[in-house]
Amino acid sequence: MANQLNNSHSEAKKPSENERWELRLYVAGHTPTSLAAFANLKKICEEHLAGRYTIEVIDLLENPRLAKGEQIVAIPTLVRKLPPPVKQIIGDLTDTERVLVGLDLVKIVDK
Amino acid sequence: MITMPGISPRPLPVFEKAPTGIKGVDEIVGGGLPKGHPTLICGSAGCGKTLLAVEFITRGALLYDEPGVLMLFEESAEDVARNVASLGINLLDLVDQKKVFIDHVHIDSSEIMETGVFDLDGLFVRLGAAIDTVGAKRVALDTIENLFSGFNNETILRSEIRRLFAWLVEKGVTTVVTGERGEATLTRHGLEEYVSDCVILLDNRVKDGVATRLLRVVKYRGSSHGNDEYPFLIDEQGIWVQPVTSVGLDYPVTSELFSSGVPQLDAMLGKQGFYRGSSILVSGTAGTGKTSLAATLVDAACRRGERCLYFSYEESPSQITRNMCSIGIDLNQWVEKNLLRFHAVRPTLYGAEMHLLSAQKLVHDFQPQVVVVDPLNNLSSVGDISEVKSMLMRMIDFFKCDGITTLFTSLTGGGDDEATTNVGVSSLMDAWLLVRNLEHSGERNRALYILKTRGMSNSSQVREFRLTDHGIELVNVYLGAGGILAGSARLAQEAVERTEMLKRQQLVESKKRALERKRILLQSKQAELLAGYEEEMEILQREIEQEEQIQQVIDQDQENLAQARKAV
Repeated sequence: MANQLNNSHSEAKKPSENERWELRLYVAGHTPTSLAAFANLKKICEEHLAGRYTIEVIDLLENPRLAKGEQIVAIPTLVRKLPPPVKQIIGDLTDTERVLVGLDLVKIVDK
Repeated sequence: MITMPGISPRPLPVFEKAPTGIKGVDEIVGGGLPKGHPTLICGSAGCGKTLLAVEFITRGALLYDEPGVLMLFEESAEDVARNVASLGINLLDLVDQKKVFIDHVHIDSSEIMETGVFDLDGLFVRLGAAIDTVGAKRVALDTIENLFSGFNNETILRSEIRRLFAWLVEKGVTTVVTGERGEATLTRHGLEEYVSDCVILLDNRVKDGVATRLLRVVKYRGSSHGNDEYPFLIDEQGIWVQPVTSVGLDYPVTSELFSSGVPQLDAMLGKQGFYRGSSILVSGTAGTGKTSLAATLVDAACRRGERCLYFSYEESPSQITRNMCSIGIDLNQWVEKNLLRFHAVRPTLYGAEMHLLSAQKLVHDFQPQVVVVDPLNNLSSVGDISEVKSMLMRMIDFFKCDGITTLFTSLTGGGDDEATTNVGVSSLMDAWLLVRNLEHSGERNRALYILKTRGMSNSSQVREFRLTDHGIELVNVYLGAGGILAGSARLAQEAVERTEMLKRQQLVESKKRALERKRILLQSKQAELLAGYEEEMEILQREIEQEEQIQQVIDQDQENLAQARKAV
């Protein structure tokens, strides 16, 4: 999937841990929900994974065939490719708590 | 249609149909499923929903040049392909030919976390891409309800499913959606709420340990359809339905005759046989030769090159073949020539409807001209009496519609009235032969008579029915003051009659001889009398002549004397 999209947003600021996070956000067009999802995701990543994450946004309207391979049904879907295991989080990611649980980041933010 | 004068009627909008390619199903739904609209197929597990959906897609691709998309939410493409391969459908071949596109949608709720608002655009995109890939006209979603186990937010899910169906209609594809049967509703998650054009319910009902698959059209907007439950089969060729409505009473009839294989019986029927396409009932008590009559008819038909289908619900084919050899009928040769096919099953193997269906399926495949059901009443054990009667009625009608000559045998119990069949189908029969036992002076003989033949003047006489090593023979029974005599009693009676006749003949002969003797006697007496008369006449004439000569002499003497005296 290297030749996919060029609208990847990658940020690498503080590689505090050597673990790399590879995230993919599947959307279908620039809908308010997908824009909200992207904004929410970016905020969470900056807060918890600053410098060691990449977000790849895949617009299924441009590459509809990609939906089948990744078993995408709902939009937006966030897929954690790395670190394994692969995780899927759907929705506009407004519920930060649940996103953190879903991404296994909850330990990091343990209060 | 009501028309108004002067206004040409606007053509009625025609509900376009997408045929399923399954003959019986298309007949029930009046030509096909609503084209461009979704159809819901619901039913409990294992009732054939997926198969119907898959057949709709594959038959559409093969028969109607309508490519299809199969979206599987439950099983993988390989699983479904393997399952339908046993039904003769090569799904993966169709995928290779770009006639069918299969997408397996795998949703595992344990891997998915929901956070906030989402929609099912991913599914739409996938389906859209699939439709575009093969140019699909048909879509099957099996089973979309699985989405409910994948996502928690039912409100979103429901509005998305509603949007999906609207989108599919917009796309102009004919969709088949399968749904699991709910407790009180047609589907567990109320899919019928969204798919309102056509709903088909499948059922696999078990009664008395016998399963019957049933199909019913719950609703079909804007189209006429059969309302009943239609039994169906799933066999090596897929789903097979015989709708009851296709059986009417308007079948064509023929006056062509059909020999029973027994010349004397044909003669009794007055017209050299039965009418072709008629249904013939042979009833009688055990061991009266019903099967032999059936085999004779089959043998005669095969001899003419006709195909016969023999449903045996009592004996195995090899048993029938062996037994018929004893009356000089070799059925095996017809089996080898593929003119005769046996279908021997225990009646308890399936329910009434399944029997009917399997019979129809076999007839459909083999296309016989003659069908034998032996014996009919063994089928009465497969269900309650009304069910069996309705089944038999449809069976008889079905054969008639196809112009098949059918011979049913029926066993009547010893105590029963002979002129009844325990399943009450005799009124549906065109011809009814009754074979019975005649018991007389310690001997049992078979007798045959014709109870009815529609449209023929038949012999009313009882015949003795004999099974010889060269087939069936019908012999005139002795009908006299002593009643009906058959068998050796008939032979004895015939012997008595023969001696009496001989005696009479002898008497006549002797009287004739006496008369002749009298005549000869008379003749000889006549001759004797004549001879006596002639003799007497000769003597008398001689005496007369002598007297005349004497007189002459006397006269001469007197003249001479007078001359001598010169006494003139």
